Amino acid sequence: MAAEGKIDPMHQFTVEPLLPLHIGGYDISFTNSAAWMLVTLAVIYGFMAMGMQRQLVPGRWQVAVEGLTGFIDNMVSVNIGPEGKKFTPYIFSLFTFILVANLLGLLPFSVVGIHPFTSTSHFSITGVLAVMSFSIVLIVGFWRHGLHFFSLFVPHGTPKVMIPLIAAIEFISFMVRPFSLGLRLFVAMIAGHILMEVFGSFIVSGFSGGPLGWGVGLLSFAFIVGVAALELLVCAIQAYVFALLTSLYLNDAINLH
Amino acid sequence: MDFASAQVIGAGLAAIGVGAAAIGVGNVFGSFLESALRNPAAADGQQGRLFIGFAAAELLGLIAFAVAMIILYAR
Repeated sequence: MAAEGKIDPMHQFTVEPLLPLHIGGYDISFTNSAAWMLVTLAVIYGFMAMGMQRQLVPGRWQVAVEGLTGFIDNMVSVNIGPEGKKFTPYIFSLFTFILVANLLGLLPFSVVGIHPFTSTSHFSITGVLAVMSFSIVLIVGFWRHGLHFFSLFVPHGTPKVMIPLIAAIEFISFMVRPFSLGLRLFVAMIAGHILMEVFGSFIVSGFSGGPLGWGVGLLSFAFIVGVAALELLVCAIQAYVFALLTSLYLNDAINLH
Repeated sequence: MDFASAQVIGAGLAAIGVGAAAIGVGNVFGSFLESALRNPAAADGQQGRLFIGFAAAELLGLIAFAVAMIILYAR
């Protein structure tokens, strides 16, 4: 919020407890983050429930839901193959949760009356999603291949001399995956929201200035319209990339390479 | 130079990395478009790889942004 010309773009990311609750020294308050995750869940549930009509000739809503499920189903079967079929529900929940949480966070101030909170703009949320994907990859890998799973670190046709070096590099790139997965989503959301906040406060402080300030305000307004469109795209791309990378990692674990 | 000014200058320098990542992302999509127009039939099958390349290039820019933010808000 721009208060007296002071820009505080980080304020929008504060987690505030709505229902304070402390049990055994732990703070498990019901926060705005949790509230917006529940809203996300409700939106997804509503969207799916409205579309799952099982009609032979689908209506508009059913086409939308079938398009979404078909999109994820196609992505999983292209990237993992027929054995990936059982991971479709997980990838689908991941994709829809991230997409809807991102989009809800973009809602402007006035539409719902309270300031929307982007739950995916915190590393504690995206990090947990990433760790979940990573542990599924580990569990599936060791379940299917046992200790043979470690051959993931030695690509086919590596010369004998190079094996220690390649294995070390592959191991590092494997262990970095959960961090890069979570960091990408969280930083992309933070960056976009800070950008919008900063230019939004330029509009406010510009219009409270002189004629030159009006020019600045108008320019910022035009810019922020473009940025908002770009942010919609980024929301979808980040959700898509998260789901895509998860399915690629699962492919590594299932088929080795 | 006092700490606050050094902090702001450091954050600005760290933000250069974001511009470098912009070149990378532009390169990814530019090369994809160039080759997709040469062989449109094969373009659709490569969309997954396009987004992997995009994600890798973008991640480095986002890390630069995170570093800038860490410097800017360091105490």
